[in-house]
Amino acid sequence: MKFVDEFRDGALAQGIARAIHAEAKPHRRYAFMEFCGGHTHAIARYGIPDLLPTNVRMIHGPGCPVCVLPIGRIDLAIHLAIKRGVILCTYGDTLRVPASDGLSLLRAKARGGDIRMIYSPEDALRIARDNPGREVVLFAIGFETTTPPTAVALMNAEREDLGNFSVLCCHVLTPAAIAHILDSPEVRNLGLVALDGFIGPAHVSTIIGSQPYEFFAEEYRKPVVIAGFEPLDVMQAILMLVRQVNACRFSVENEFTRAVTREGNRRAQALVVECFELRKHFEWRGLGEVSYSALKIRERFARFDAEARFDLAYQPAPDHKACACGAILRGVKQPIDCTLFGTVCTPDTPMGSCMVSSEGACAAHYTYGRHRSTA
Amino acid sequence: MKTDYTRPLDLKHGHIDMNHGGGGRAMQQLIRELFAKHLGNDLLAQGNDGTVLPAQPGRLVMSTDSHVITPLFFPGGNIGALAVHGTVNDVAVMGATPLWLSAGFILEEGFPLADLERIVQSMAAAAHDAGVQIVTGDTKVVERGKADGVFITTTGVGVLLDGVNLSGAHARPGDAVLISGTIGDHGMAIMSQRENLQFAAPFVSDSAALNGLTAALIASGAELRLMRDPTRGGLAATLNEIAQQSRCGITLMEAAIPIQPAVEGACELLGLDPLNIANEGKLIVVCAAVSAEQTLQTLRAHPLGRNAAHIGSVTDDPHHFVQLQTRFGGRRMVDWLSGEPLPRIC
Ligand code: SF4
Repeated sequence: MKFVDEFRDGALAQGIARAIHAEAKPHRRYAFMEFCGGHTHAIARYGIPDLLPTNVRMIHGPGCPVCVLPIGRIDLAIHLAIKRGVILCTYGDTLRVPASDGLSLLRAKARGGDIRMIYSPEDALRIARDNPGREVVLFAIGFETTTPPTAVALMNAEREDLGNFSVLCCHVLTPAAIAHILDSPEVRNLGLVALDGFIGPAHVSTIIGSQPYEFFAEEYRKPVVIAGFEPLDVMQAILMLVRQVNACRFSVENEFTRAVTREGNRRAQALVVECFELRKHFEWRGLGEVSYSALKIRERFARFDAEARFDLAYQPAPDHKACACGAILRGVKQPIDCTLFGTVCTPDTPMGSCMVSSEGACAAHYTYGRHRSTA
Repeated sequence: MKTDYTRPLDLKHGHIDMNHGGGGRAMQQLIRELFAKHLGNDLLAQGNDGTVLPAQPGRLVMSTDSHVITPLFFPGGNIGALAVHGTVNDVAVMGATPLWLSAGFILEEGFPLADLERIVQSMAAAAHDAGVQIVTGDTKVVERGKADGVFITTTGVGVLLDGVNLSGAHARPGDAVLISGTIGDHGMAIMSQRENLQFAAPFVSDSAALNGLTAALIASGAELRLMRDPTRGGLAATLNEIAQQSRCGITLMEAAIPIQPAVEGACELLGLDPLNIANEGKLIVVCAAVSAEQTLQTLRAHPLGRNAAHIGSVTDDPHHFVQLQTRFGGRRMVDWLSGEPLPRIC
């Protein structure tokens, strides 16, 4: 416990805040994107905006695994549960994401779908072993952090020859999404989004290492600081970004040295390569089709691939017309710019995915930050 | 032939069957050999369709609560004790002295009698400890699969002395907000059992009757505005209800809120906010600022209030927001949770 508290020390935070105030030049603006939902959550939950000068602004990026999951993918999961009668195993925060026809996994469950909340892919394997007469599908979502456990599940299923287990693979890749944002016309040409640097993901980087970000720093001339999820980590990363911007530097720095190396976790990477290959295209909620941005199960594990096993065809489904999630995920808009925010769309009645997970930009602002926009 | 002999209920290996709800001899036997055996008292012994209660001075307070919980048995309690504590507490936080409870059972066919007896025993013990009597009851049996083991509805009646007038609408800007102890213990005890989560030390529910504590507060003469027990939805939900009812805001100091390190760590791991996690034996007190210190001392003098703390104050806020001054130095809103707390993945 001591361990956690050390990184939440208010006095230390004040010290870093003072340094940011002293070093941020009053005549310029600093706009930093925290890519990862974990950072979005930490920033909102600990009230970090209160500690920053007004000209240092944080933009919430697309790194919330639940938020970027397109409707069509959840529709597939619901289809499996309702129409194919499988036991669908899902992580908790995916349950409430709105899908087509006013459904969500939670509502599909109320309509008789056998949908079970799990904490790890191992739980899904156990359910498969316990129910040999039923098809059991793991709804595998998330960035690089959740991919290795899915790979382990595939390996175990193969070793045990678990004939009733399969995976609906929706794993996505962080670097592809960052590149997509930096390549978007809003950022590249129009100057719609001023983006002066990135806070790089914590847990994701423990797996992939800091090396993949070197490309962005060089190619797009944007500083990247990889930071842990503790609020002090975030503050320290912001200070490091301010310093890079002031010095016109754009390199990859690692605030999270206690967990992230340049190479990352080689064993986990090898596991992932063994089980998955790149998809040519994958639809992201908010970002649209992004090339080579997601993973698909390799041929060797085809019988554990729910898409092949159940002959599923992906059907894209549009978001609610007024939902600005896409623009928010690209950093073009803020939650309060959406006309549905806080009225039609609340955490109790989410219209878009950003309102579902507590890591989503809209939910984080609604739950933790509304006092700022109504003051 | 021995005409008045019936084979006693097999409380070790027997199960509830549909006959136990049929209104016939089997039901009578269940009531006699299980319920009355443990819960028996003069009032229950009247044995009529209704129980005649002696007149009391003062106004009456009544409250009802249905209890459904998975698992039925958890570290620190079970559904029986919980059904007594929950309703006793709802009456007690009104400032009243709880006296009587009713208990309605919905039993699922096949439910082990041994489990039912354990549950009824702990109801009896909880009622005894809280100084209340279970004076009337009812049993229904539903087919297997139509209920989850056992559901218990309890209704409580208590008396309120003249001059005691507490309400969720009475908080005023400047008032102090106190809590009687650590938050989140019950919710984490349930969640860790339900989800089969392995933690180093098992969490223990704080399920307890609060009427001793509330009586001490009333007797202290402090200027109390209201008392509440933050059950489902946790501290966050209860404080938001108070803010709405009283049309005010509330500001909490995160550093002052008592929480067990293990509970905080587990919430951290699961991506849950302890402010949203349920409690079953904690009391929120809002009192005039001048009474804050006295109230804190009264709470701390009671075994259930040893870890009591002054955690915040009532503010003037047209938006009726509950806000938290974080340990970190920032500020954020504390909102109702939508639905059940769901763990976050990363
Ligand atoms: S407030 Fe709701 S509808 Fe608007 S952008 Fe956010 S999630 Fe979409």
